[in-house]
Amino acid sequence: MVDFSLWDIVRNLLLAARWTVGLSLIAFVGGSVVGLLLLVLRLSKLPGMDTLVGAYVQLFQGVPLLVQLFLAYYGLGLFGINTSPWVAAGLGLTLYASAFLAEIWRGCVASIPLGQWEASQSLALSFYEQLRYIILPQALKIAVPPTVGFLVQVIKGTALASVIGFMELTKVGKTIANATFSPFLIFSCVAIMYFVLCYPVSLYAKRLERKIHAHR
Amino acid sequence: MKIQLDFMAVLSEWPLLLTGVAWTLALTAASVVVGTLVGIACAWVRARGFGATRAPVWLQGVVGAYVELIRNTPFIVQLFFIFFGLPAAGFKLSAETASFIAMVVNLGAYATEIIRAGLEATPRGQMEAAHSLALSDRQTFVWVVLPPALKKVWPSLVSQITIVMLGSSVCGQISTQELSYAADLIQSRNFRSFEAFMVVGAIYLLLAITTRQLLNWAGAKFLFGRR
Repeated sequence: MVDFSLWDIVRNLLLAARWTVGLSLIAFVGGSVVGLLLLVLRLSKLPGMDTLVGAYVQLFQGVPLLVQLFLAYYGLGLFGINTSPWVAAGLGLTLYASAFLAEIWRGCVASIPLGQWEASQSLALSFYEQLRYIILPQALKIAVPPTVGFLVQVIKGTALASVIGFMELTKVGKTIANATFSPFLIFSCVAIMYFVLCYPVSLYAKRLERKIHAHR
Repeated sequence: MKIQLDFMAVLSEWPLLLTGVAWTLALTAASVVVGTLVGIACAWVRARGFGATRAPVWLQGVVGAYVELIRNTPFIVQLFFIFFGLPAAGFKLSAETASFIAMVVNLGAYATEIIRAGLEATPRGQMEAAHSLALSDRQTFVWVVLPPALKKVWPSLVSQITIVMLGSSVCGQISTQELSYAADLIQSRNFRSFEAFMVVGAIYLLLAITTRQLLNWAGAKFLFGRR
């Protein structure tokens, strides 16, 4: 048995928290890019796109993230790609985040009055110009609070990457708990660290929300 | 390179899959019933401005901390804390009990916030009318405030219930025999890991869609329909 002082535990968990943060950022940024692409596809009125993106969203919202990560992990291996947990977790969480963000943002775009589309069309703006100059800037304002709120989901979601061997906060916590036989202390510390990461983001999302609704 | 998928190898283990589905549904059903009750109780403590007597401040603090703590930590950590952490502090739990408790605690926190939104939307007149009919505080809450509040937030509650059901897949990590554990077991027998998780993923998708449709329909028809 290895002797761990409290400082050793906290230090190792803090080091592991870097990977939680890193993976969250990858998933969030990647998810935003793919999500935006999906959103544009859906709004483009290309035949079949609405159904296709709808099915994509339904698929990722109806299958547990845990199963998605396993699929990414084993699936990539099946295609002969040498899967490191980084690639599998990054890919799995990116796709997961993209589906949710596409759906959140669709709601925001849907809340823009139809007249805005019609007016911009009557000014002979192309589809891209309508989105770029008229619709998305307005939708962005409404989209910020729920998007920040979803970031909390992503951070919590990265905890599941531990099951495919990604050494982030939860996995390191479990490893140390197995080595020291003090799971109560260690999982308390892990929970506190997640809380410290997530709670400020939650509060910020709530504040943004209040600011938007203040004028009503 | 040619990839050969063998779904029959997975499907031939259908008794395992069936047990998994049964456990997933049973855990979900049990934790939804208890978790919603927890949510209603906590929502009563936390809700403001629907006219009832306020709960004592310390209780509001405790419930507030519970809700924020659960909503800002991952489910898997809550589960590990209950299953690995609590026995070290003297509470020994089976994997199934630990999963059930974790799901109740988790759903309870989210349901609190959902139901609270419904309670706070109660018009003042409802409370005044109830009091003028000499209903007690408790009667007013149970018969006047709560039913329309639940009706208002039912769709959100159904979403959360679906999320909890999908989240129960994590319970396989502590060897509860639910659906994703079945997939793990099957792939350890025949090494068809991708196929096993494809099949289980499809079953989850089916369960999620059916549960949502069923609960939305049942909610409109039986729970809050007539009146």
